[in-house]
Amino acid sequence: MAIPITYNVRNLRLRLGATMMTALGIALTVAVAVFIMALLAGLKKAFVSSGDPLNVLVLRKGSQAELQSGVDRESYQTIKYLPGIAKDKAGDPLASGEVVVVIVIPRKDSSGETNVTVRGMSPTGFELRPGIKLAEGRWFHTGQREIVVSKSVSSRFRNAALGDELFFGKGKWKVVGVFDAGETAASSEIWADVNQMASDFERNAAFSSVLVHATDSIAAQSLKNRMNDDQRLRLDAFMEPDYYGEQTKSGKPIQFVGTIVAFVMAIGSCFAAMNTMYAAVAYRSREIATLRIVGFSRPSIITSFVIESVLLALLGAALGLILMLPFNGLTTGTANSLTFSETVFSVRITFAVLVTAIGFAVAMGLFGGIAPAWHASRGEILAALRD
Amino acid sequence: MTLSRFATKNAFRNRRRSFITAISIAFSLLLLTLLMSVYRGFYIDQGPPESALRLVTRHKVSLVFWLPSYYREKVRTIPGVVHVSPWNWFGGIYKDTKPENAFAQFGVDPNEIFDVIKEDRVPPDELEAFKRDRAGAAVNRALAEKHGWKVGDKVIVKGTIYPINLEVTIRAIYDSDNAFDSMFFSTEYIDQALPRVKGRTGTLYTLVDSPEHVTSVSKAIDEMFANSPQPTKTETEKGFTLSFVAQLGNVKLFILSICGAVVFAILLVSANTMAMTIRERTREVAVLKTLGFTRRTILSLYIGEAMTISLFGGLLGATGATLLMIIASKMPNGTFFTGFKVNTPTYLVALAVAALVGFVSAFFPSYSASQRNIVDGLRHIG
Repeated sequence: MAIPITYNVRNLRLRLGATMMTALGIALTVAVAVFIMALLAGLKKAFVSSGDPLNVLVLRKGSQAELQSGVDRESYQTIKYLPGIAKDKAGDPLASGEVVVVIVIPRKDSSGETNVTVRGMSPTGFELRPGIKLAEGRWFHTGQREIVVSKSVSSRFRNAALGDELFFGKGKWKVVGVFDAGETAASSEIWADVNQMASDFERNAAFSSVLVHATDSIAAQSLKNRMNDDQRLRLDAFMEPDYYGEQTKSGKPIQFVGTIVAFVMAIGSCFAAMNTMYAAVAYRSREIATLRIVGFSRPSIITSFVIESVLLALLGAALGLILMLPFNGLTTGTANSLTFSETVFSVRITFAVLVTAIGFAVAMGLFGGIAPAWHASRGEILAALRD
Repeated sequence: MTLSRFATKNAFRNRRRSFITAISIAFSLLLLTLLMSVYRGFYIDQGPPESALRLVTRHKVSLVFWLPSYYREKVRTIPGVVHVSPWNWFGGIYKDTKPENAFAQFGVDPNEIFDVIKEDRVPPDELEAFKRDRAGAAVNRALAEKHGWKVGDKVIVKGTIYPINLEVTIRAIYDSDNAFDSMFFSTEYIDQALPRVKGRTGTLYTLVDSPEHVTSVSKAIDEMFANSPQPTKTETEKGFTLSFVAQLGNVKLFILSICGAVVFAILLVSANTMAMTIRERTREVAVLKTLGFTRRTILSLYIGEAMTISLFGGLLGATGATLLMIIASKMPNGTFFTGFKVNTPTYLVALAVAALVGFVSAFFPSYSASQRNIVDGLRHIG
């Protein structure tokens, strides 16, 4: 027969001081683990949801990212008129030659300077990214020294609010609009007119990349294959979502450090839980003996104490999650090794993070509780009663 | 029986509890020591004295822009500058993009690079061979050993930024205390393979004669090119490296907040144990008082006991961290860790944290125990 769980809950309540201290220790461990997992979840979301499945991104053969690539204007003309590319209202192909550079600008919170991607494009570029909407102001005008910045760039960097002037390249650029790219890779970018950019950064001979929109998914695939196979063009074509998906590995350093930290802290917390449970067992030796005499079996005593330990850990998990909830949605940035610039993303406590955190706490409770529970079930009944 | 003996004996009374507490503290302090070492490596250590004498000059807008090669000779004219070499990131891929095959390749001037990084040691005959061969390369020993390269071996690195591949012969293997795996080759290799990039360099690497001149030289370089089409930004080697760390995000805050969480967690563990221990001994405290021990003595007894346990844990943790760092740096992919060692000050700080945790965790419960009325204490059933 099982010992009712209320027995465990009451016991935890009885020794409130010890319970709370142990739970808080577990809570801190869970909080650290949750924070790291939420960072990674946010980062992954930013990359996985980037890119349109019908868009094909074209780079020079061998280059890994837009920044290293160069597609000359002649190749651009060839690409533009390949079959399978969708047309806009005026009948021109939906292809955008873009110039991508990285500039260093200071963060607002004076935590230093960081690399930000500036993308030069023609207005066709907006049509290729219908998911990105203007939040404030207007798009830049062709031929003007104007830029539109993403919401997060606008809020994180100095002189990047609507109406401000940002200095880079050969002079000042007026911020005329702020766009909302949701949680995609573009939410860390600044956009400007491609020709202005090319002359400022002396990139007149070539674009960094070309983005084309295919009529359908079969056309997209054949466009990609055709460009990859054409030896004269010397180009690498990627489906846009694949290109961004690859960048998820920027999270590797966080993941590596985070796993070590969470693991070591978890071992420490396991021992803390073990200590508390041992004390609980020692304190209640007479009670346990009574339970045995009344007829509860050894397995049910073990189960009961393990459950108590898991309950303790769950309390810790709940505390840890409450501790971390205010951080949900917080935006932060990290270096993207491929684009060599900052990728902005938000901390996301997703359902998966929640479940993993609880599982993590339960594991701590189990490991901490098994030895004391075993010990409790082994006590000499008569000796304990006489105590 | 002396008081310290009494404290040690007490610490071993409930061996399992003391041991578990010590282990718990040890794991937390292990983490704390590792984090402190990384923090120190990033933000406090200044590296070898030569490192503080080196400046890196890049294009003001960002690293992805070129500087004209003739800047090198102009920089050389600035008083205080001893040596200047181009320092050109190649960004190539060796074999594949797996992280274990990644290393840095730099286009440099073979005649001057080892004067700039003068603490790195190259055998003179190998250095001569490296200078003579325009398709030669110099690699650090750790990198050579990792890939089994010997002098005379051919290595091919696929270009990503440049549309060419590097096909170089290893001419020199140098010894460096720096953890960074790099391959040096002559900038002339790219100039000849790709004439359109001739006359460009990524960054300039400068050695200054004395620490007093570092700031003035760095200022002089930037002022020299301030009004040109390619303005520059010059930083110390350390500053340059830190700018990469800064891009990872707010690493400083990240490390510090985890350190805070760890310290707080061990404080809880230790305080919990001490509270349990002292509660159990309420009657004993009363007996000690009856025998004539003062409150102060009783207080120091319990604090001493807690500190013994936490110091033991601290010793275990800090020593464990030291060993772990050494093992990690010996692993094939562990070159990152060679930059971080647990040094004596870090070790001592870890022990001090342990002692402090022991003190704080024991103070409150033992203070209230020492204040308790003798008669109540004797009557206590625990």
